[in-house]
Amino acid sequence: MDVELLSRLQFAGTIMFHYLFPPLSIGLGLQLFLCELAYVRTKNPAWEAAARFWTRIFAVNFAMGVATGIVMEFEFGTNWAAYSRFVGDVFGSALAAEGVFAFFLESGFLAILVFGWDRVGPKMHLFSTLMVFLGSVFSAVWIVVANSWQQTPAGYKIVWQEVQGESVPRAEITEFWEMVFNPSSIDRLTHTIIGALVLGAFFVASVSSYYLLQKRHQEVARRCLNIALPSALLFTLLAGATGHSSAQRLVETQPAKLAAMEAHFDSSEEPTGLYLFGWPDGEKETVHFGVRLPYLLSFLVYNDPMKPVPGMDQIPEEDRPPVWLPFQMFHLMVGLGTLMIGVSAFGCWSWFRNQYEERRWLMWLVVLMPLAAMTANQAGWITAEVGRQPWIVYPSVQDGVEMMGLRTKDGLSESVTAQQVLSSIILFAVIYSLLFAIWVFVLNKKIQHGPETPEELTAHKEKQRPRLSEAISAGGTSLGGSMLEDAS
Amino acid sequence: MNPFDWLSYDTTTFMCFVLLGVLLSGYAILDGFDLGVGILHPFLAKDDHQRRVVMNSIGPLWDGNEVWLVTFGGALFAAFPVAYATVFSSFYEAFHLLLTCLIGRAVSLEFRSKVQSVGWRRFWDFGFFLSSFVGAALLGIAGGNVMSGMSIGEMYRYEGNLLEQLTWYPLMVGALTVSLFALHGSIYLYLKTEGELQQRVRRSVMPLFIVFAALYVAVTIATWIHVPHATQNLTDYPVLWVVPLLNVLAVLNIPRAMHLGKPGYAFFTSSMVILALASLFSVAIFPNFVISTIGPELSVTLENARSSYTTQKIILLISLIGMPCVLSYTTVVYWIFRGKVKLDSNSY
Repeated sequence: MDVELLSRLQFAGTIMFHYLFPPLSIGLGLQLFLCELAYVRTKNPAWEAAARFWTRIFAVNFAMGVATGIVMEFEFGTNWAAYSRFVGDVFGSALAAEGVFAFFLESGFLAILVFGWDRVGPKMHLFSTLMVFLGSVFSAVWIVVANSWQQTPAGYKIVWQEVQGESVPRAEITEFWEMVFNPSSIDRLTHTIIGALVLGAFFVASVSSYYLLQKRHQEVARRCLNIALPSALLFTLLAGATGHSSAQRLVETQPAKLAAMEAHFDSSEEPTGLYLFGWPDGEKETVHFGVRLPYLLSFLVYNDPMKPVPGMDQIPEEDRPPVWLPFQMFHLMVGLGTLMIGVSAFGCWSWFRNQYEERRWLMWLVVLMPLAAMTANQAGWITAEVGRQPWIVYPSVQDGVEMMGLRTKDGLSESVTAQQVLSSIILFAVIYSLLFAIWVFVLNKKIQHGPETPEELTAHKEKQRPRLSEAISAGGTSLGGSMLEDAS
Repeated sequence: MNPFDWLSYDTTTFMCFVLLGVLLSGYAILDGFDLGVGILHPFLAKDDHQRRVVMNSIGPLWDGNEVWLVTFGGALFAAFPVAYATVFSSFYEAFHLLLTCLIGRAVSLEFRSKVQSVGWRRFWDFGFFLSSFVGAALLGIAGGNVMSGMSIGEMYRYEGNLLEQLTWYPLMVGALTVSLFALHGSIYLYLKTEGELQQRVRRSVMPLFIVFAALYVAVTIATWIHVPHATQNLTDYPVLWVVPLLNVLAVLNIPRAMHLGKPGYAFFTSSMVILALASLFSVAIFPNFVISTIGPELSVTLENARSSYTTQKIILLISLIGMPCVLSYTTVVYWIFRGKVKLDSNSY
């Protein structure tokens, strides 16, 4: 296999594995903040038990996000050196901003969030939780901005530099804010963050429903569902709205991607229909077993059922993305999104009519929903990233001037061999499989253990109190002893 | 519209270089004691309780400390994209191994105490040690290679391989880094522990110092002989001699401060040693990032690696706004978690 394919596989594998964790951090962060806010306002110990419990889950997940995230930053340089030289001026500044504005904020306050329960007051702790959540959102902002710039570049120019007698192009920023607010930033950012919030809401709803099914931790579970079910409904609806807006923009900015997502091969004067499902064949440029609803794509894209949507035949052959994968992933995402809207709507309806706990099948369905949300998040990104091929940076037109893009095959590290990439893929495969198994194991252990009961919590604080005063009076002598065994 | 508009392009380039030096020093000082604690972990902690105390001494802090490296990487990418691309792709295997170590350390800390099983905990204890040890060594080896120059060919294409990066000089710098971080970590642990464990830590400081001092002298001599260009800037700008001079004084001050019973002062001093060594490294390579051993005209320099004037001013502005915030909440976190390690239900 060649370096290009291997490097793409490596990047796809490592980013997809990484992306198991950040959306849950963002989504769970919000749920955690809401639980804690309820605790600070009501002082009800069940809310505190809930917040402490979600913190433990959050911590395990966050550690995995950090551990796998640093890989991504290194990979741009190790595997994509030519790309890094081309975009460093633009992409690098977004990445640096992410480090300074987001990562430090997250990691600093994470310490207080996870380890500070018995060290700071409830309000300071709540503030820390909010900062960690905001940090994870800022992090998403900068990295999605950087990614969006590659899809719809703006605020830059191409400069040809003399390097050892050769002329080499690179992108340079002309207007920072134009670069940040490039044509797809806002749509893609809101859709990405809401996708994460959907996952967080369903994750909390899932674990809580599981407890209700098991008749354990029922008070905490019911309180959490009060927040999680309505927010799941709200966010799934918003995901639909932002996704729609994102797709409408595509016809102007990346028509090739839209054509691939809809397997729309041939343009015509007729209104364009929408495939509900099918099996696109890129070589024969046709869709097998497809069911197509007439007018619908035209309507969704242009709000006008009669206006034809341009097809793949408008795109020069060498600039066409693969069709099968974006088509299937896009349809998978939309299908799961629809399912999630249905489940959360029916869940809410049952919940507020006090019928939720009678419908065990519904609760089991909700238990499974985080998988749907996770899959939809991944499928969305696969659509976005495969659909932009063969470009790593899209060509664009700035003030009437055509700007060159960068093809994925031209972004590789010149000095890296297939052998090297293959070895690192094997290395990651081994480590990541191990990590995944352990993550599932530890997460399951935490969920099985569950939140403390209000009595356990009171007992814990009773133990803590004399210790703290003793510690202060003794100037910080050892506290060892029985608390050690509480670690699990 | 940018407060740095009045500076020339060369000045912003120099300031970005200094900024990278600050980030790298910050990383080495802060994560240096984390890695040192990891290296010492199996040798100083004798039972499960002590192992947990050692791990929790860096528990709330290591993650934030690692962010300095991430931000260093992002800033290098933004301010000197060519240097980022060349250095990272040249160290292909080494950096993937470093990543493995950083991942290994994170998950060892996170997972170790989650299960009550001797085998499970042994496994992660070993993982914590190995990832800290190899990680520290790799950082030093990379630094040693950058110091002595690398086989950078035409168009910044690296012509060497992993074996070429493992020659005696980089390995010596790797050993120096391990010993320095271990020493730094031992002083940190002394501050965070008490009782029998603290006594054992105390006894390890002098031997660690002697190993470090010996390697320090050896690497200094080796640099003098093997890396002539490293001392060029000292010859050209004699005022820079103040850096190695302060460095030596700081090194000697570590045993003095420990002897005087001022471990906080000793920790400050070992932090200054790291700062001085990082500064020496910057002085030694300036105005290059990596000297090409194939031909000087192929070297990656500040000038040919830098990003545009606009971008450099943006980076400086981001730092001007961001770094005071970073320092303020870093201070708050260190303040909240000051004092001796106390294990509770939230600990690792």
